[in-house]
Amino acid sequence: MGYPHSHELEVVTILSRHFGDPKARDLQTWLSYGGYEGLKQALGMEPGEITTVVKDSGLRGRGGAGFPTGLKWTFMPQEQKGPHYLCCNADESEPGAFKDREILRWVPHLLIEGCLIAARAIRAEHIYIYVRGEYFPFTNILNDAVVEAYEAGYIGANILGSGWNCDLTVHIGAGAYIAGEETGLMSSLTGGRAEPTIKPPFPAQSGVFGSPTTVNNVETLAAVPMIVVNGSDWYRQWGTEKSPGTKLWCCSGHLERPGNYELALGVSLKDVIYEVCGGAPGGKKIKAVIPGGSSTAMLTPDELDVPTTYEGLQEAGSSLGTASPIVLNEDVNIVRAMRRIADFYAHESCGQCVQCREGTSWVAQILKRIEVGDGRLSDLDTLYDLCEQLTGRTICVLADSVVFPLRSSLDKFRGEYEALIGGRA
Amino acid sequence: MNETTSEAINLTIDGVQVTVPKGMTVLQAAERAGIVVPHYCYHPGIPSRPAQCRMCLVEVEGQPKLQPSCVLSATDGMSILTQSDMAKEARRSVIEFLLLNHPIDCPICDAAGQCMLQDYAFETHQLESRSHEEKLVLGRDRIADDILYFADRCILCTRCVRFMRDVAGDEALLVAQRGHKAYIDTFPGKDLENEFRGNIVDVCPVGALVHVDFLFKARSWDMDSAPSICPGCSNGCNIDIAVKENQIVRVKPRYNADVNGFWMCDYGRKHLVMANRGSRVDLPLIRRDGELEAVHWGEALEWLSTNLPEGSSGSAVVSAHDSTESLAAVRALLGRIGIDGGGFRLSRGDEAELTGFPQLKLRAERAPNAAGAELFGFSETKALPEVSPGDILVVVGDRLEDAPADYGSRAGFFLYIGSHLSDAVRNATAILPATTFAEMEGTFVSHEGRVQRFHQALVPPGVARPTWMILRRLLALGSGESGMLEVREAFAVAASESGELAGLSWDEVGLKGVNPGGSSAPAAKLG
Repeated sequence: MGYPHSHELEVVTILSRHFGDPKARDLQTWLSYGGYEGLKQALGMEPGEITTVVKDSGLRGRGGAGFPTGLKWTFMPQEQKGPHYLCCNADESEPGAFKDREILRWVPHLLIEGCLIAARAIRAEHIYIYVRGEYFPFTNILNDAVVEAYEAGYIGANILGSGWNCDLTVHIGAGAYIAGEETGLMSSLTGGRAEPTIKPPFPAQSGVFGSPTTVNNVETLAAVPMIVVNGSDWYRQWGTEKSPGTKLWCCSGHLERPGNYELALGVSLKDVIYEVCGGAPGGKKIKAVIPGGSSTAMLTPDELDVPTTYEGLQEAGSSLGTASPIVLNEDVNIVRAMRRIADFYAHESCGQCVQCREGTSWVAQILKRIEVGDGRLSDLDTLYDLCEQLTGRTICVLADSVVFPLRSSLDKFRGEYEALIGGRA
Repeated sequence: MNETTSEAINLTIDGVQVTVPKGMTVLQAAERAGIVVPHYCYHPGIPSRPAQCRMCLVEVEGQPKLQPSCVLSATDGMSILTQSDMAKEARRSVIEFLLLNHPIDCPICDAAGQCMLQDYAFETHQLESRSHEEKLVLGRDRIADDILYFADRCILCTRCVRFMRDVAGDEALLVAQRGHKAYIDTFPGKDLENEFRGNIVDVCPVGALVHVDFLFKARSWDMDSAPSICPGCSNGCNIDIAVKENQIVRVKPRYNADVNGFWMCDYGRKHLVMANRGSRVDLPLIRRDGELEAVHWGEALEWLSTNLPEGSSGSAVVSAHDSTESLAAVRALLGRIGIDGGGFRLSRGDEAELTGFPQLKLRAERAPNAAGAELFGFSETKALPEVSPGDILVVVGDRLEDAPADYGSRAGFFLYIGSHLSDAVRNATAILPATTFAEMEGTFVSHEGRVQRFHQALVPPGVARPTWMILRRLLALGSGESGMLEVREAFAVAASESGELAGLSWDEVGLKGVNPGGSSAPAAKLG
């Protein structure tokens, strides 16, 4: 089936209904939009009930890994022996992703409400929203909303007269990719370097200040209030059995209409690229799509007809990640693009694990050498071997993140590498 | 980190059945089985285990991914492979990565020969590099007054950072920058001034941290080493003395779970390197016709035996730096002469405690054997005794460096046994050359009463002998006995003469020492 052909894509606006509406940032307006209804309901529910609703909804973590959110909450100790914490991961650092930014920017109260409901579910007494340093203007918007919510009694002591106390702190990071990894985030939050730590212990056993902690992504938490209000079946009307609900898409690169779109999970990636975003501008052909943010495997144009679900993209050899496709048109030099990605990961490696510290920069150096015409064919063998050495050997998956696009670019665009190398052994 | 309990765990490591207490890690269990899993960031004396060097990855049968054995708990029925293809390949690649930007300046590196990177690079047989890239050069830095940091040699295991934080309780070091540009540094405007900073050089598995006192002084294969006890204070830290061409070039702590763990203080390190200095007595000297005359040992002892007065009033000065065997022999000599009591002077200084290992403390009393001297009836004195004309004065070990130049000149008989010459010493009637503790074997008794042996590290100058050896011969003259003892016999005699140490044998004291008075359990196991 060739393009263009007509395709009706259902437009859903769960999270993004008030995107572009500055009034939504204001508490009074937000309440008139039905805001904090989920919190009011949650205050009348037992923590276990909230968790069950979210578990039944099938909501999966939107930070990239897609771990079932309700299940994650059940890992928290049922008997409370000390403080519990909720961390909201707003260190949106994956190149290509800009969905959490939009939530912070337009609907901060939705996020606050989601945090509070989640905190109640996991019996947390303090919420930390860890925002990446570069999101300074959006942090200001969030801070204003937090102040308003405190003043109106939505956060703090005796929330809405329920007798339940929960505080919320917005913490601004200093801008490290790896602060978006949950253990790195907690380590940065508690005053250390943003360095991931070995698991076990898992955050639910020992997280922030050594206490049980759950880390959830902004988009995940933003979906919670409406699930609580409308029920799990309502949420399951979108998406598939394994990947229910809607997803915010961050489409960038060579597209006619790049931007944020909220779509039901399960639509074809091809439709996202061509129908929703209008394909590449200027009549150019698309050469490659990196579907889930820069750490996912590249897909060629004929691999795009896959359902946009966690399992669908996995079957296609890539990953849904943060649903942030970066589209590269026919003019793009894949080696150069790959080198740029590798540079990023080399720059962002925290430097703990030897493989990642040395390996990511070695990959970047080799790619640079190939790019400037000083490559040799043996470099490709070395790169393939480095893909092996950088996979599954380190504390976190930053090293693996460079392997996914690298291996796929070598597999699918070897010709481009060889053209630059020009046959030198 | 891992609490061990009495519950036993059975596991297999490289086909070897191992039984260990529950709570041990796989790396520790392997150690029990005699299998060393290569590692960099793990150090048994540093509590935190970041598992970041990725060198100790092992294969757990049935699991697809390699696991860091330094944090992996040993569980029942586990089967571990440290030599599988997957594990070996992972180690090889870690070394390859580490060598990418390493200057490979082994020929001028102080750590060469004692370097874990060098060892494992040879073990994984990586003679050629696949890298065509230019090496990143980070340079070097003076990280403390007496410690240099070679950033290019650093493998960022962070043992130094974590020693300072976890053990010294002084968060003075940090990792600066990140990724392949990361390096170790002090905080801006703050210097590394901790009294225990020298240990970061010891924990460094490569040559990144180098002590300025040792810089370019010796290659590891040119040095001899002797187990010893630090004489800097009464804590009795176990040490190894490294010697090149009969000079002490380096002092490192020697593991003893009950005394100093893996550590020692910087005062102790510097103190000992000073032992190389000073003007030595290397021949017996006796005063005839007003002049000191060099004689051989036989003549000196015969002369003393004849001329040493007995039964007249006198005083004695000993040293808390002398060995227990020597102090016992001095007591026996004083008994023959008829002198009771006797004192030793003790210098005192500030204390410093290693917070992460509080047994280790730089003690106020800056001598190793005050407790040993007390066993033989000597007591601390502030000042040197007044010498009345005609008195006998016996000085053993105290160098009299601060005494007036005419001290002892009016004594009826002034016997000096010691290692160094000073103005006051030149007034002696007889000067017998003794060895320093580094030139002999013997024991010290620490502040808590722990008896510990030290070995001989240096060859003594001239014909200097241990004090106990000189005195036991002198005392035996005319008795028909030879008085020639081995150190173990000298210890046995001293022990029987002391009361408190009676029955204790040289072998029992061993290399780790014993505390006959204390209830100290046998040395705890590593980690």
